[in-house]
Amino acid sequence: MDIFLAAGSSLFLLIGSFLCLSGGLGLLRFPDFYTRMHAVGVTETLATAMILIGLMLQSPDALVLLKLMVILIMTLFISPTASHALAHAALQNNLVPKLNKQNDNEEVTPSNP
Amino acid sequence: MLHTFTLALSLSVFWLINSGHNSVLMLSLAALSITFVLYLAHRMDVVDHESQPVHLTRKLPGYYAWLIKEIILSNILVVKHIWLGNQSISPTLSTIKASQKTDIGKVIYANSITMTPGTITIKLEGDQFLVHALLRESIDDLKKGEMDRRVTQLEDQC
Amino acid sequence: MLIAAILAVFIVMVIAIVRGFMGPTLYDRILAVNMFGTKTVLLISLLGFMMGRPEFLDIAIVYALINFISVVGVLRYSDSSVFKHHNKQK
Repeated sequence: MDIFLAAGSSLFLLIGSFLCLSGGLGLLRFPDFYTRMHAVGVTETLATAMILIGLMLQSPDALVLLKLMVILIMTLFISPTASHALAHAALQNNLVPKLNKQNDNEEVTPSNP
Repeated sequence: MLHTFTLALSLSVFWLINSGHNSVLMLSLAALSITFVLYLAHRMDVVDHESQPVHLTRKLPGYYAWLIKEIILSNILVVKHIWLGNQSISPTLSTIKASQKTDIGKVIYANSITMTPGTITIKLEGDQFLVHALLRESIDDLKKGEMDRRVTQLEDQC
Repeated sequence: MLIAAILAVFIVMVIAIVRGFMGPTLYDRILAVNMFGTKTVLLISLLGFMMGRPEFLDIAIVYALINFISVVGVLRYSDSSVFKHHNKQK
């Protein structure tokens, strides 16, 4: 039983680390602010969840498990709010996203008050 | 009254998880602090169906299960395009129409869009959402309206 | 495997710092700081498990809250002129 828990935990931690590194690569590589936000979104949803689930499988008692769940739920509720606030502030202050050139038939030009 | 009760319940659970002590002194201190927080929340007038959406409880687990599936799928898509490089992405800005009637439904929908990587809600005006997407396909998926339909269903329950 | 995860989180934190220094806009920097904060939460939890002291999780919870408050608090002032982004003429 223990060996399965340890193996599962290692697997989740490995997937989480890979997703984290991918998000970091995206943060370095993508061309503008809005696309970089999507890369950060990867590290804040699934990568965090995977690493925390990997830790949950190793937790010594129930209290630690519950605390890890609190951290996970908190991160999942907080991150969309923070990224919405950030994107809204950026668009409000004239930061125009770089858009794909082929599909400008229905793109929306941001209106600035 | 119901909302006060659920707030007190969730605060007690949070306190117990954070402390893990069971002595009488600690529990009475917990009761004291929870009462104080309840008083503050009432003074700020934030205890209502928006901060404590208990009327959604029955339908939320099903929606969360579907949302987790969506999050995993879109994560795989975004990671694939990160490794494929800048030529493979097609950033798009577009408006999406939301069919929810209440504010809480709209907020759930907007947060669900932001939570799935690859799409971010930038602005909410009435029932128009301004959404930025990493890929053109994500916008097309949103326009098909499955998420919209599910959130509206969730909100109709009350 | 814990050590591998800690290394991965470390590398991502370094990347976030690099992006924070490179900019180019103010919003990229705020984004990098936000990401650095969430990765710190993960790092604290992982370190707590590696040292066998799960009490570190309390600090991680507090750090998650502080990180959120700091980002939203900075953006609260986004009406001020410091935040205005000037698009270069193409």
